[in-house]
Amino acid sequence: MTVESTAARTPRRSAGSKAGTTGTKRTRTTAKKDAGTEPQLVQLLTPEGKRVKNAEYDKYVAGITPEELRGLYRDMVLTRRFDAEATSLQRQGELGLWASLLGQEAAQIGSGRATREDDYVFPTYREHGVAWCRGVDPANLLGMFRGVNNGGWDPNSNNFQLYTIVIGSQTLHATGYAMGVAKDGADSAVIAYFGDGASSQGDVAESFTFSAVYNAPVVFFCQNNQWAISEPTEKQSRVPIYQRAQGFGFPGVRVDGNDVLGVLAVTRWALERARSGEGPTLVEAFTYRMGAHTTSDDPTRYRGDEERQAWEAKDPILRLRRYLEASNHADDGFFAELETESEALGKRVREAVRAMPDPDHFAIFENAYADGHALVDEERAQFAAYQASFADEGGN
Amino acid sequence: MADKMALAKAINESLRRALESDPKVLIMGEDVGKLGGVFRVTDGLQKDFGESRVIDTPLAESGIVGTAIGLALRGYRPVVEIQFDGFVFPAYDQIVTQLAKMHARSLGKVKLPVVVRIPYGGGIGAVEHHSESPEALFAHVAGLKIVSPSNASDAYWMMQQAIQSDDPVIFFEPKRRYWDKGEVNTEAIPGPLHKAQVVREGTDLTLAAYGPMVKLCQEVADAAAEEGRNLEVLDLRSVSPLDFDSIQASVEKTRRLVVVHEAPVFFGSGAEIAARITERCFYHLEAPVLRVGGYHAPYPPARLEEEYLPNLDRVLDAVDRSLAY
Repeated sequence: MTVESTAARTPRRSAGSKAGTTGTKRTRTTAKKDAGTEPQLVQLLTPEGKRVKNAEYDKYVAGITPEELRGLYRDMVLTRRFDAEATSLQRQGELGLWASLLGQEAAQIGSGRATREDDYVFPTYREHGVAWCRGVDPANLLGMFRGVNNGGWDPNSNNFQLYTIVIGSQTLHATGYAMGVAKDGADSAVIAYFGDGASSQGDVAESFTFSAVYNAPVVFFCQNNQWAISEPTEKQSRVPIYQRAQGFGFPGVRVDGNDVLGVLAVTRWALERARSGEGPTLVEAFTYRMGAHTTSDDPTRYRGDEERQAWEAKDPILRLRRYLEASNHADDGFFAELETESEALGKRVREAVRAMPDPDHFAIFENAYADGHALVDEERAQFAAYQASFADEGGN
Repeated sequence: MADKMALAKAINESLRRALESDPKVLIMGEDVGKLGGVFRVTDGLQKDFGESRVIDTPLAESGIVGTAIGLALRGYRPVVEIQFDGFVFPAYDQIVTQLAKMHARSLGKVKLPVVVRIPYGGGIGAVEHHSESPEALFAHVAGLKIVSPSNASDAYWMMQQAIQSDDPVIFFEPKRRYWDKGEVNTEAIPGPLHKAQVVREGTDLTLAAYGPMVKLCQEVADAAAEEGRNLEVLDLRSVSPLDFDSIQASVEKTRRLVVVHEAPVFFGSGAEIAARITERCFYHLEAPVLRVGGYHAPYPPARLEEEYLPNLDRVLDAVDRSLAY
């Protein structure tokens, strides 16, 4: 068969009509959601703070104590306070950028608290709440946003990997790590965080394939916060994201991402599956990015306020507070004390960031290689001589 | 008609003109539609040309370039945006193994008029993967053409020419110059896409650069002039093909050459220029060709980028070293 030149070819049909310029029937560029696939949403706490029974998942939070519930509440409040402080610090010029998690506290605290110390977490760049659960100092998260480093913590001291900016890459790393855990015969689990936008990346599809084929003990935790910068989730998927797992051969479930109890239960279930050799699970936490994508973004350009207001009514912190109050699990003293603790955290983070020194210039040449490299040594020496030439001028 | 506009706006106007004049032109990328791109380069285009021509794609770079190839096979002329330099690599496979080679593979029967726009370079205080200059990684691949405008007028006209090109063009946009304004005459007759331009005539030394470093070299020439040195500044505009004739002509006059780019010096485009010019101008050169660029280290965090990127002093230092031979 001869391959014709596309430029010289006379179109048999008007290709121009395919471009939608002449108003043909096929002008729709994005698939609408298929009817009849409205997903089941796992929810243990309603937005009004009412506990609802769930035959499948109740057992994963059956023994939860009032103290643990207050702990989840405290985690969410402090995470939100930290996040607000970081946004302020960006506005004050102390940070170059900030990616807020506002609205996603339950998805992150619920899943983060489901992990065990020996589990391993692979985050995106927005998992500040998960970092909190893993014991990473919040101030350390801010170094990369201030521009003093590209990741300011030791991933192995908390089993919490560095933030990954390139979308979706970490899902393959998590899968490989989980393959290693399985090879070692350990019963740890691995959890990979990603978003609705990342679900379109090839790396994510490949991580599903690998984890399924090797039965890797990994939980894919997708926070569907409805927006990939300006693009709504229907630009990424024609079916609810959790349903994609089925085609790869492992279960997927959608949980109310603003229900910390529901997220905790579902993530515990998924992690237990991983530990007991049942392989990967996809959890889609259905939530909402209440703020901008980052401080560089202006969401008023692409979404209306009504949507935000509707989600405000489903606020994750508010609903747990309602439940705590209605069930007499927390009193005014608890909330007042938390308020004080919250302000203290904000102050500590603020001071830590302002005190963060700029890195030494020679840091450019550090850690490019583990075993060194002759060219780096040569360039470092040239850089030193160049810098010294200014010192000489100053001295003379 | 000559208007003063920002470089980003010039690209926007050029894309608008292409969409108006050729129904086969498509714009594709992440956030390019409703938002108008994170740098607003495609602002307003979806509103005026519709969702079928200005397409918000899924968040998947390999998919963006791979489907653009398919659309080009079908007769379209896609102009795709990669949101930031450091995000191009999921698409690198499609660009290197398919976009660059399909024309040759088909013995010339297939043409892939795809433009891949990449905002590139540093100096904006960004987080990791948002400040890189990967042009040499593409220049090494036959089948691709690589250009980078330094000013609004070139941005406008080079985009027109890139879209008209039947070869795939990687269009590197100097993101730190997006807001720099310049005259754009939309009725001018532009020179050839891959020809360098002397933007400042001089006699003592040639500074060669492209994209964001041209403005720096002009500032260097101003500073050197105060010390009585008359530098020539050459805006290369195209990295592949490189206009060696123009570089040669300049070097035969000035006898000294300093190449400046943000990308790492090691295996950078300056290395190719130095080698070729040494071959072509061996008996004219008074000094070895010097290069100023990034170090052989990962692009540093924002608070260190001023030390990493070529700046006035570092280029002047190279000028001094060249003149000292």
